[in-house]
This record gives sequence, C-alpha cells and structure tokens, in this order.
Amino acid sequence: MSEIYVITSGKGGVGKTTTTANLGVGLAMRGKKVVLVDTDTGLRNLDLLLGLENRIMYDLIDVTEGRVPYKKALVRHKKYDSLFLLPTSQVKDKMAVNPEQLITLCNELRKEFDYILIDCPAGIEQGFKTAIAAADTALVVTMPEISAVRDADKIIGELGRADKENIKLIVNRIRPQMVENGDMLDMEDIDDILSLECIGQVPDDIKVVTSTNKGEPCITMDDSQAGTAYRNIVGRMCGEDIPFMTFEKEGFWTRLKHVFRK
Amino acid sequence: MLDALMKIFGKKEQSGKIARDRLKVVLIHDRANISPEVMDNLKNDIIKVISNYMEINQTDMEISLANDDDSVALVANIPVARMKHDKGNH
Repeated sequence: MSEIYVITSGKGGVGKTTTTANLGVGLAMRGKKVVLVDTDTGLRNLDLLLGLENRIMYDLIDVTEGRVPYKKALVRHKKYDSLFLLPTSQVKDKMAVNPEQLITLCNELRKEFDYILIDCPAGIEQGFKTAIAAADTALVVTMPEISAVRDADKIIGELGRADKENIKLIVNRIRPQMVENGDMLDMEDIDDILSLECIGQVPDDIKVVTSTNKGEPCITMDDSQAGTAYRNIVGRMCGEDIPFMTFEKEGFWTRLKHVFRK
Repeated sequence: MLDALMKIFGKKEQSGKIARDRLKVVLIHDRANISPEVMDNLKNDIIKVISNYMEINQTDMEISLANDDDSVALVANIPVARMKHDKGNH
C-alpha cells in the first residue's frame, strides 16, 4: 500500500525542498521504494539538493503532456537505488500541469512505489492546488517565526477547503538557545496556535547548508542534529513511536569549545 | 550589562511572547475573512429567518464583520418596516 505525501508551507524558504530531499533519502535508507516529484515548475531545486542535476533528460511536463512514459523521466539516485526523482521543468510555468494530470500520474506511480513525496511550490495559487490534489497526507513545514506560522495557518485552511483532512506539522529551523531565552516561539506556542499533530521538530543546523552545498542531504550524517531529527520523522512516518529529541543547547562547555576551535 | 540587569529584574519583555501575542490577534482576523459568496448566503439566510417575524427593508440592510483589537463581531444593521403579527402562520 503506497502513501502519497505533499510537503507544503505557504511561505517560501522554510525548508520544503530540504525536507522532501531528507525524508526521501531517509525512507530509501530503510529500503523503501520512493519517488520524489518536484512540482515547483520554473524554480526546480530538488535535483540540486539530491546531487542529480546533471542526470536529467526529461521532466514532469514531458510526462503529463504524454511525450514520454514516466519511467523515462525518472532519475535514479546515485547511492540509494530505491530512490527516484521526477524532476520538473525549469522553463515552463506552474500552469503547465493541472490537478487531474498529477492525480493520473500518481495513480500510476502508486503501483510501483511505497512512498510518493510531492514537493509543493510556495504560495496558494494554481501550483499549490495541483501539488496537493493527489496527496493522502499533507506535511506542513513551518518555522518558529511569525510570518511562517501565519502562512502555515492559511495553508491549513486551504487544505481543509480542499478536503485534505490528514495534515501533520514539521517545525523547522528551531534555535534552542533562542527558545530558552524566550526570544523565539516555542513548541507550546505553535501547538496552541495551529493545533495540529506535530511529526517533526528540526533544529537549525549549519550542516544543512554544508550538506546542501555537496548535494548530500544531512539525514545521512550521524553528527548532524537536523539529520537525527529527520531520521526521527522518517521513523514516525513508518509508524514508530519516537519521542521528540532534546536539543543540544549552547551551554558553557559548548561555548568554550567554540572559543578553542577558533 | 544593563541588558543583563534588566533581565534579572524582569523589565524586558521577551520577544517570543510578543510574537505569540501578535500572531494570535492577526490570526483571529485572518480566519474571519470569509468570501463575498459566503457573506451573501449568510445575508439571504438572515433575511429569510427575520422575514418570518417582521418586514424588513432589504435594500438598506447592512451586514459585515467588524474587527476589534482582539475579537471579531458580526454586525448587522437591519431596518424594520413593520412587525408581523401572524407569527403562527409562517
């Protein structure tokens, strides 16, 4: 039985694509057969985050317009061979795919894959409506920041109007020290405001940047806190009961370590 | 140093709390934003119910959502032309 997830947020830059790449790699590391569908047409980036940018031959639009079968457009991951990317076009726009086309495609993909993850574009326009059309579950990514939470609330409303009942929250880029100091919204605030089941709490981590630079999602790195948080989300997606991690705070010793590192 | 002292004496409001309070207010307003179509349906339903009891001037009727600082109210101004007395007959 395959599951279709859409990763969405409303606001741009909160980490939808990073989340999609990490969860995809994480599920593949567990041996699941996974396809990642990039629907951010015109602004494609999922290929870069996975290090697959040089292997693209055909794209989503070629498939939905019937020029090639989907199998021809899939790009297999170099390291995890049960992970595939269906890249989108960098030259067309969001109007090039409609919800019905994506539903038809996903119904075909269901026959072959355990997990289908759809990376949604920012905004609430046509591209968003297309991306969510086929999904069984929506993962709403937000940040502990006022505009990201407001946009998440809006997206949750839009998902409700589209009869998407199964919605889960991922809070990304948490800075534990700032939360500790009372200078950042904490999980209690966000729970209180959005009242949505939370499936992930991911700390802000410089390894996300360095791993993105290399095209290797940080979920593969044992020494990355964000990587651990993503591995926990993958576990929860597979039905495991995993408690939320406690973050390493910048205490006296960590600060001292930083001083000596410099 | 002054910041630290202020912190000890609890003078400085934490910005996380400010963010939370501002969000709560803005979301009350955001969530109350309903489409003109829904508003029209609501208006027609109100007219239907009230017309059972009184004759109202429909053209001068106004209905809107009013935003206060931390709450939202449905405000209706419905001019009554005449009361109906045959209440059992509708």
